[in-house]
Amino acid sequence: MGDGLRTTKLYDWHVAQGAKMAAFGGYEMPLWYPAGPRKEHLAVLTKVGIFDTSHMAVVMVSGSGAFDLLQLCFTRDLRRCIGKSNAPLSPGKCTYGAFLNDRGGVIDDSIVCQIGPDLYMAVVNAGMGRPISAHLIEHRGQRAIEITDLTDQLGKVDVQGTGSGRIMERLLLKPEQVLDGMPYFNCKGYFDVKSPYADAVRLNDGTPIIVSRTGYTGEFGFEIFVAADYTIRLWKMILGAGEDFGIQPCGLAARDSLRTGAMLPLSHQDIGSWPFINNPWPFTLPYDADQTGYTKDFIGRGALENLTSPEYTYAFVGYDVRKVAVSEDNPLVLDRGNHPIGIVLTCVSEMGIGRHGNRIYSISSPDKPDGFVPRGLSCGFIKVKTKLAPGEIVLLRDARRETKVEIVEDIRPDRTACSSMKLMLQL
Amino acid sequence: MKSIDELNLPEDYRYAEDHEWAKLEGDKVTVGLDDYAQDQLQAIVYVELPQVGDSFKKGEPFGVVESVKAVVDCYMPLGGEIIAVNTALVDSPGLVNESPYDEGWMIDIKPTDLTEMDTLYTRAGSQSGKLS
Repeated sequence: MGDGLRTTKLYDWHVAQGAKMAAFGGYEMPLWYPAGPRKEHLAVLTKVGIFDTSHMAVVMVSGSGAFDLLQLCFTRDLRRCIGKSNAPLSPGKCTYGAFLNDRGGVIDDSIVCQIGPDLYMAVVNAGMGRPISAHLIEHRGQRAIEITDLTDQLGKVDVQGTGSGRIMERLLLKPEQVLDGMPYFNCKGYFDVKSPYADAVRLNDGTPIIVSRTGYTGEFGFEIFVAADYTIRLWKMILGAGEDFGIQPCGLAARDSLRTGAMLPLSHQDIGSWPFINNPWPFTLPYDADQTGYTKDFIGRGALENLTSPEYTYAFVGYDVRKVAVSEDNPLVLDRGNHPIGIVLTCVSEMGIGRHGNRIYSISSPDKPDGFVPRGLSCGFIKVKTKLAPGEIVLLRDARRETKVEIVEDIRPDRTACSSMKLMLQL
Repeated sequence: MKSIDELNLPEDYRYAEDHEWAKLEGDKVTVGLDDYAQDQLQAIVYVELPQVGDSFKKGEPFGVVESVKAVVDCYMPLGGEIIAVNTALVDSPGLVNESPYDEGWMIDIKPTDLTEMDTLYTRAGSQSGKLS
């Protein structure tokens, strides 16, 4: 420890396992365990992985003014953000979006879960509990509302991969009551024994938890929230129940490569101080049916409607696994005439995919060619000053090399995040 | 991550500051990455090697090793001409992790000046040097 870094309840466990630790968001977190980031990444794609994500923060927003305040501060239109039919957010549903400042820049991204009438849980990134709480308080006006920053009061454990449903079955007191028909982006339960929602989900030992069918890997799985003091017990229960499924503890490196392959942005890296628009995540803005206007007013809207020099964020995939190093400086993006057009935001090795013919397959693609072994591909996000189309080729240049990459609409194919619960419980 | 005591640094190899090893056999010197380097890098996923016939001075980069998290240059522990490269690393870059001193070798050099071997650390030297 040192450098004033915070730790989660699982710090001693990580160190005892021989994890390589590193600073992230003000916390000292495992980068990888002795298995290494490649095996951890592949374990989530083929079996199941477990992540300590207790560094993330949770802000509870409650009261009769809660809905109104979130409508003002969060990018999703909560009256029409669920599913293709644009249903409203309701208790037990979650939605992904961002909190913007008045310049249209991202303060943080978040999954907002509605727990009950007038009770919402905003899950934000490490260290963001306080700034998001402050932002909400600043804009509360006369609304009747209570904002509670639960930073460091909750433990959060993610179980991700095809085995995660069967593991949850073993952990839960009434698994069928919790899991049967539970769709993607739904949540149940509560972490506080005194809450009326606590009875909806309990572990075998009676501990109340929130189970959410969400995650940061693009694969089938769950995020679990529990009172901080139960984190170690929960972690060990999952490892015990997961042994038969080959469960693998995973660190931040695998989390980063999995989320990139799943087209998910890292807050303050792929989205940030610049206007939150013209990126691969247009569904997070409250566009109307013909995508020309917005269905509600929200903080940052004016800036998004009056861009002076628009920039565009795109996903890319390389032709082999070689990366450019984003850690040193943002590498440049060059067009085919070698003119600089922007910068690289993220570049990782996605070890679960490979090119075969003119297609990209994943190690878990059901139609992968016989004998297909993924050699890995570089992938990530760029931000450029000119519009690009899928299939266009650009060059990424760092101090060491130039790498040719293709602009794409999706990265790792055949992800399981949305798979049916019924199917997953039969595996 | 391995502690110093756990590192495998065989006695009959010489070690450079940047964690390449060199082993003299006849008039040929074989070069690879030492156990410390492979352990630090973790899962190596790509190795870029020079062409046979290329010549480099001591300290010049001859290749690139890429792991899931980092990309590093490899430097000549002594100057010379490349007389062989380990083509097995193209398909199996993980050999550098699994067998850093044997199957994971990178290049064979015909050295320009064999006395440059004396500038490298012995095992004892490497432990009192950069690794400590």
